[in-house]
Amino acid sequence: MPILNDIKEILTGLSITFRHIFRKPVTVQFPEERRVMPERFRGSIVLTRDPDGAERCVACYLCSGACPVDCISMAAAEGENGRRYAAWFRINFSRCILCGMCAEACPTLAIQMSPEMFHCKRQVMDMIYEKEDLLIDGTGKDPNYNFYRHAGTGVVQPRGSSPGEQAPADPRSLLP
Amino acid sequence: MIWTATDIALMIGKIVLLYAIILTGAAYLVLAERRILGFLQDRIGPNRVGPFGLLQPLADVIKMITKEDMIPKAADRLLFSMAPAMAAIPAILTFAIIPVGAPLQLFGRQVNLQIADLNVGVLFFMALSSVAVYGVALGGWASNSKYALLGSIRGLSQLISYELSMGLSLVPVVMLSKSLSLADIVNAQADMPFIVYQPVAFLIFLVSILAECRRIPFDLPEAEGELVAGFHTEYSGMRFGLFFVGEYINIISLSSLASLFFLGGWRGPLLPPIVWFFIKVGLFSFLFIWVRGTLPRLRYDQLMHLGWKFLTPLALLNILVTGWWLALR
Repeated sequence: MPILNDIKEILTGLSITFRHIFRKPVTVQFPEERRVMPERFRGSIVLTRDPDGAERCVACYLCSGACPVDCISMAAAEGENGRRYAAWFRINFSRCILCGMCAEACPTLAIQMSPEMFHCKRQVMDMIYEKEDLLIDGTGKDPNYNFYRHAGTGVVQPRGSSPGEQAPADPRSLLP
Repeated sequence: MIWTATDIALMIGKIVLLYAIILTGAAYLVLAERRILGFLQDRIGPNRVGPFGLLQPLADVIKMITKEDMIPKAADRLLFSMAPAMAAIPAILTFAIIPVGAPLQLFGRQVNLQIADLNVGVLFFMALSSVAVYGVALGGWASNSKYALLGSIRGLSQLISYELSMGLSLVPVVMLSKSLSLADIVNAQADMPFIVYQPVAFLIFLVSILAECRRIPFDLPEAEGELVAGFHTEYSGMRFGLFFVGEYINIISLSSLASLFFLGGWRGPLLPPIVWFFIKVGLFSFLFIWVRGTLPRLRYDQLMHLGWKFLTPLALLNILVTGWWLALR
């Protein structure tokens, strides 16, 4: 009899839903409880420092160019030691889509995505983060990387003295 | 019977108390439904307003009242504004005949915990559930919107079809108790609730009341996802609230009737009668919510098939068998 089969299936469904009443809810009560996001989660954007504590950003504008929604703006300046840095650096988080392209584009690993979730603001102007808001004290994802030990040579150290770098060849020694 | 001032005061007191109880009950049934559905789906449900979300119904009412009351330009204004009341009033009126407990002895006089013990109580209930169709039909018609009209057409055919099987499933109950009065029906179940004699009629009645109050396996008139919100698509604010509250009052009234007809109403061992009544109504209301959290919506042809080709013949057969049994006993 198909009707008995139908009744059995309805009762099976009812028993399954009844058992779920006693199961622990999966809900995260957001403002009080917060999920710890995975390390590679694309949350809010930060500017990191190198292991020596100096700013990593060299104001190359690559992040600004990579940004599909044009939310990053900055102005470059040059310090007394010849290093470039950002005079001001601004991210408009009300436009940011958290795509992570800026972090991919960055040659010095300065701009990084952090697993920190966004905080909502009541005023849209509060969503615009300046350099002071973005800069963190730590090194972020690659703690030992220092751009100036691999590149930018000549500015701070003689050529060939970086760890992964060979001494420049002297072309005269190759002459016949 | 001559009405004295005490009688009138008592009656008014009973009516006011009943109103307070059913309106509060309906409001908290909405909350209970949201919380229980949440638990069924491994969620928590509304728990922000007050402890355990207990003030949520109040917040909902404030929201409903402060919302804009919109009437579409093309709507029939009179019918449009009358329809919600026509859906809610029959649901509330049904409570007039429901005995919620054993008669009390109060100040040396007998007080029935029932507004009116009509000798045609069952017929009165059937008539009111037919009148409730007008709320759905006119609400959808007066909105002058295609979704609302489709919803009300579905609602009409569904309510009329299931009225039939509901009425037929009550005939054996009347045959057993030999009375149409609800107080007599409860008294006839003093030894044994009718569910023992009439399990088939109970199941038919249960399915029919699910269809009568347009709950989920039979929620075709409001089918969200197909018809936006069916017959109350165009309603907003407290007019929608009245449809909504009417639906939940309907759940309570049909739950109480199911417990009166088949579970012996307020009769039960140990606990006081009113407590038994509320326990039974609560169980039925929980069943309604539980079924909503479990079953998918029927297709239109399946709905008609179940009503006309299965429940109605089964109810007729059940009447026949009950008749044989009563005659041969």
